[in-house]
Amino acid sequence: MDKGMKKRWISLYVENQVGVLAKISGLFSGKSYNLDSLTVGTTEDPTVSRMTIATVSDDETFVQIKKQLNRMVEVIKVIDFTDIFVRMKEILYIKVLDVTAEDKTELFQIAATFKAKVIDYGKDSLLLEFVQTATKNDAVIKLIKEEFRHIEVVRGGSVGIESISMMDR
Amino acid sequence: MKQISGNRLLVKALMEEGVEVLFGYPGACTVDISDELFDQDSIKVILPRHEQALVHEADAYARTTGKVGVCLVTSGPGATNLVTGLATANYDSVPLVCFTGQVARSLIGNDAFQEVDIVGITRSITKYGITVRNREDLGRIIKEAFYIARTGRPGPVLIDLPKDVMQEMGSPEYPKTVNIRGYKPNRSVHAGQLKKALAALSKARRPLFLAGGGVIISRAGQAFTEVVEKTGVPVVTTVMGRGAIATDHPLYIGNLGMHGEYAANMAVNHCDLLFSIGTRFNDRITGKLHAFAPKAQIVHIDIDTASISRNIQVDIPIVADALDALEKMMEYVEENPCSKWLAQIHAWKQEHPLAMHSVGDELNPVDIFAEINRQFDNTILVSDVGQHQMLAAQYSAITSGKQLVMSGGLGTMGYGLPGGIGAKIGNPDRPVVVISGDGGMQMNIQELATAVLEELPVIVCIFNNGYLGMVRQWQKLFYNQKYSMTDLRAGALTRRTDFKEHPAYTPDFVRLAESYGAVGIRVTKKEEIAAAFERAKTNAATPTVIEFILDPEVMVYPMIQPGGTLEDMILDN
Repeated sequence: MDKGMKKRWISLYVENQVGVLAKISGLFSGKSYNLDSLTVGTTEDPTVSRMTIATVSDDETFVQIKKQLNRMVEVIKVIDFTDIFVRMKEILYIKVLDVTAEDKTELFQIAATFKAKVIDYGKDSLLLEFVQTATKNDAVIKLIKEEFRHIEVVRGGSVGIESISMMDR
Repeated sequence: MKQISGNRLLVKALMEEGVEVLFGYPGACTVDISDELFDQDSIKVILPRHEQALVHEADAYARTTGKVGVCLVTSGPGATNLVTGLATANYDSVPLVCFTGQVARSLIGNDAFQEVDIVGITRSITKYGITVRNREDLGRIIKEAFYIARTGRPGPVLIDLPKDVMQEMGSPEYPKTVNIRGYKPNRSVHAGQLKKALAALSKARRPLFLAGGGVIISRAGQAFTEVVEKTGVPVVTTVMGRGAIATDHPLYIGNLGMHGEYAANMAVNHCDLLFSIGTRFNDRITGKLHAFAPKAQIVHIDIDTASISRNIQVDIPIVADALDALEKMMEYVEENPCSKWLAQIHAWKQEHPLAMHSVGDELNPVDIFAEINRQFDNTILVSDVGQHQMLAAQYSAITSGKQLVMSGGLGTMGYGLPGGIGAKIGNPDRPVVVISGDGGMQMNIQELATAVLEELPVIVCIFNNGYLGMVRQWQKLFYNQKYSMTDLRAGALTRRTDFKEHPAYTPDFVRLAESYGAVGIRVTKKEEIAAAFERAKTNAATPTVIEFILDPEVMVYPMIQPGGTLEDMILDN
């Protein structure tokens, strides 16, 4: 049943029209497909938007998802990002509250290790910004959750684009 | 160029699209369009009595003429009443363009009077839906709507028309061409895949064709029959595919699926190649998936990529319109003499032929269908939903020139009568016979007025067994004969009759028909069947309602339990 269950990525060119986002997300809820993250923004052509969608699904369901997206009138092009070379990053903000001076030192070390920026600073709080893959962001959240009790997390969902030369993500 | 209002452009667009009939119900947000329609003569306007029936009428009109069905309703409740009909058309791939009124743009989002987000509500049950937000887009959107509705896998398109957009003056131009970058329906057939499929077909020892509704929609029945005859390979159909080949053709076995014929289901179970065209392998035909056609390699031709390998893993997929594919097949197809296989199928037919044993002296539905088959040529048979629908699927002879129409995918009760009306409007010279139940009939019974006023001599058969028979059948077989909520006579006694006397059946369908100005006939005995239809045929001015009083114990066999396998098949003993 769950043959090949894993996280997959789709990049979608859609008409930049009212209701298209609702139609795409409605497809996922209506047909019980998992929707892990979805980002959308306009492209160099203002009539076209591009979406990056992450979904956890098995092989068969994923084929269905691509077909269902493809046949929507508003969808211009569907690209499977799962196994091709792409550049893909997600922005993640973590605000850590109720921190001691010692905690702050540790957070700066974490930031240095994960190439994050400390972008804001309070008496007993720090704001970190990470721009990396969603998988690495998962790991960072897990780590900081274990170390600190009071945190706030906001993440943007991945955006991706095909690589120019072959390279890793 | 002289500017015109959106309302006028809409009517102009309908004329340029060749629309002959519009099914409309007015309201505050569309009264301007009604006004525009008053002054023209090329589009016939039908005024049904309820918007749900209105869509079904347009739907059956489209199914039986091949043209796009056009609906016009007002905002709010007018629009929400479309929902069931849109879903019905969407499931059965029927081309519709539905215009809904909408409040003015400045009011949208204000919970204005009769405002609903109908595009949002119908997003998952239409092929495409859009609100016209600018007057200059109106012509293009209508043009695209007709194109989207009728091409590829056909389906319903909804256009929401804010009142102020429609009043605005603008260009009178209606575009001649369409170019939608995200929508390019496939009109080609992959020759390599097709040859691969045909090679498998000629090598198979127990090959079987499976024809679905797609063959009917693309009007490929004749091409299909020629291919079948050239190969000599036997055929099963889905309920929606019945008539793809004449039901009296020697190579036709019957319907497969939940209420399919024993021989048809056995053939699917034993075939080594299932060559399927235009079906989505709905659960009502497959039963338990892993037990479906377990020995077969599966070829699947469908215009909708998303229908391929969704329910059943397909070995050789071909994305194509059924007619395009079948015409291409004619070039390469070879004979595959499989006499042993045909003999086996014949033996299965002998073993358990389709038959219904009479219950006492009661009317046997089989006799009713026999009479319809005998008395009418060129018939359009429109069925409602329930036991009578499955009986129609089993016993109707759909030979050359005949068509069977029903809500197959969604199973919409109340489809029958408006369906018959839409079919008759589109085909005034063909006999239209509706098969309905006492339940389904009452879901859109108000349409008798439409049929009477439009002088449509539709013959409406009500199979009255006093119950919601199909659910009752499940209760009889699987719920210890607890007839909860299915007894239409009982009223307050619905749950438990406690041996109290039932009230008389309500309504009296014969008197009701008469009060509408239709002819009403009640049939209780076998001898009366032929005469009832003879009398109906002489009534060319109004509908004729024939109520057949049936025993509630009449069951539809064979039956495979939901999610079951062939081993679970219940036969009439």
